[in-house]
Amino acid sequence: MDLFEYQGKQFFASYGIPVSPGEVAETLDDAVAAAERLGYPVVVKAQVQVGGRGKAGGIKLAADAEELRQHASAILGMDIKGHRVELVWIEVASDIAEEYYASFTLDRSAKKHLGMLSARGGIDIEAVAEEDPDAIAKIWVDPVDGLTEERCRSWVASAALNPAATEGTVGILLKLYEAYTDGDADLVEVNPLILTPDGRVHALDAKVTLDTNSIFRHPDYEAYEQTQVRDEREEEAHEKGLQYVGLEGTVGVIANGAGLAMSTVDVVNEVGGRPANFLDIGGGASAEVMASALEVINNDPDVQSIFINIFGGITRGEEVANGIIEALGRVEIDSPIVIRLDGTNAEEGHQILAAHLSDKLQIQPTMLDAARAVVALAGGDAR
Amino acid sequence: MSIWVDENTRVVYQGLTGSQGRFYGLRNRDYGTRVVAGTNPKKAGSDVDGIPIYATVAEAVKETAATVSCVFIPAPGVKGAVMEAAEGGVELIVVITEGVPMHDEAWFFNKLKRDFPQVRVLGPNCPGIISPGKCNIGITAGHIAEPGGPVGIVSRSGTLTYQALFELKQKGIGCTTCVGVGGDPVPGTSYIDCLQAFEADPETEAVMMIGEIGGSAEEEAADYIKTGMTKPVAAYVAGVTAPAGKKMGHAGAIVSGGKGTAKAKMEALRAAGAMVGDNPTEAGELMAGIVADLS
Repeated sequence: MDLFEYQGKQFFASYGIPVSPGEVAETLDDAVAAAERLGYPVVVKAQVQVGGRGKAGGIKLAADAEELRQHASAILGMDIKGHRVELVWIEVASDIAEEYYASFTLDRSAKKHLGMLSARGGIDIEAVAEEDPDAIAKIWVDPVDGLTEERCRSWVASAALNPAATEGTVGILLKLYEAYTDGDADLVEVNPLILTPDGRVHALDAKVTLDTNSIFRHPDYEAYEQTQVRDEREEEAHEKGLQYVGLEGTVGVIANGAGLAMSTVDVVNEVGGRPANFLDIGGGASAEVMASALEVINNDPDVQSIFINIFGGITRGEEVANGIIEALGRVEIDSPIVIRLDGTNAEEGHQILAAHLSDKLQIQPTMLDAARAVVALAGGDAR
Repeated sequence: MSIWVDENTRVVYQGLTGSQGRFYGLRNRDYGTRVVAGTNPKKAGSDVDGIPIYATVAEAVKETAATVSCVFIPAPGVKGAVMEAAEGGVELIVVITEGVPMHDEAWFFNKLKRDFPQVRVLGPNCPGIISPGKCNIGITAGHIAEPGGPVGIVSRSGTLTYQALFELKQKGIGCTTCVGVGGDPVPGTSYIDCLQAFEADPETEAVMMIGEIGGSAEEEAADYIKTGMTKPVAAYVAGVTAPAGKKMGHAGAIVSGGKGTAKAKMEALRAAGAMVGDNPTEAGELMAGIVADLS
């Protein structure tokens, strides 16, 4: 779960990491009121979960109320790479002497936490990693040991920052590691971490991804969950508890298991179609879940045909077939459906479905056959 | 032969008294798995359909000589359950539970490596392990797997594993052992661990590997296939057309910044000499071809 910058900064602040004082605003009047409280000059920052905000004109400095009105009205409602700006973060402007980069995330190969620190902050760190890998000082932290102050100091020393920044940076990194582990984050990133002319170090940006699996011990994260950006389809699927990702195409996809669902999306593409979504209904494939899934897909106006791809394991083929028939009784579906049902008692399942076949419902023996049929129904040129 | 579990393996189920644990524990026993114990500190002394319940894994091990634990404990308790199992003296801990926080997984992986290096964790968030006809631990439907050999299977995805087992069965091809390593960010057992075990197992003559977008586990496996494996490998990687930055179901299945793409993984596997199918069926056919050439 990605946080907005303002949430990330509040998250950082709760761990004692210095951030610029600021307030979030939904309207122009709120923005002005916030700036009056904070004191000019302020920076107006678009709150969207996408990179390149600055280049898109989503970050502006305002010296007074007139400039603030001008910038805030331009930024609120602005479209940045398909994300509409609903909120702005107004914060006290900082004088910047130097810009650094700092982050913690999991190194999945090493199975340890990886800290990265660079004197070359403020820009795309992946570009730095490519051009000048030595400019990033890395540290691998064993989760059992945690990050000790001693190791943190030698890590900071190896990054060759301005000596004036050393103490402040060590302090922030220790707190950042605590926020990362204690806060159950998948990623904490500060870019830039700044050194001010008067020698203070603080976080000027905050990128935080929280692990939704940890919500049981962080009940306050529910509030972040409420502000997640989802399109209408994803919102509906989320409410129904379905694993759904919206895509751009015309073939609705329902499968059981994440791997099979991904594979189904692949096969639809492979034969020349364009999937409208990824939808994993999990192992059971009950009538209830199937009905919910069909409803979500049916409400997507782009969908021209639907591919139901089920592998019966412990849930037998006849149960899956009955679930589909029952779901179709509950939901009026506009688009034609192609079913591929394999696995335990697939034959029995096919027999049950046979009585219900029509121009709106067909069975195909294999994933590829089903994909070709469903793509043809979507008006595509199946290969 | 098979790897890690066989007809003599004795298993204790942590969470056998819960609804999931009971359902799958009893199914596993029906399959023929030696389900010798369950644990629940509040229900010690009782039983689940004749299977004795002990307060701790240590007691269960002492009383029943269990060597493997299967964890059906809800996610918040998994970290404690894994440590209890390791301290209790089992050799293999199969964690079926999904939704375990990443930081818990990273912690117990490293803790075990340090304090219990002889203990293997499989999972979390995995379907388990089955040596068909001998032992089934976890949630795989046992009857979709053909006993015997010569194929070993290792997979990160549940349903695609079942698909692979089923396709091989329909072709009359048996499986020595099928290991689901799970889709989480810190799997206790890697592809390489499984490939090494299959390479060493005399009855496994070929390996089917099913991968998924995200991370670099498939690329690392490709390196091992190239340098350390003599047995042929057929592979499939799901998520070729998954858009970057979108999380597709599994915690592990996310592509970021062009890294961990299915295409890169397939290329790495091909370059290492594995045969790679574009879809699960094709991978199954490639495996059938490999098996036909073995004899």
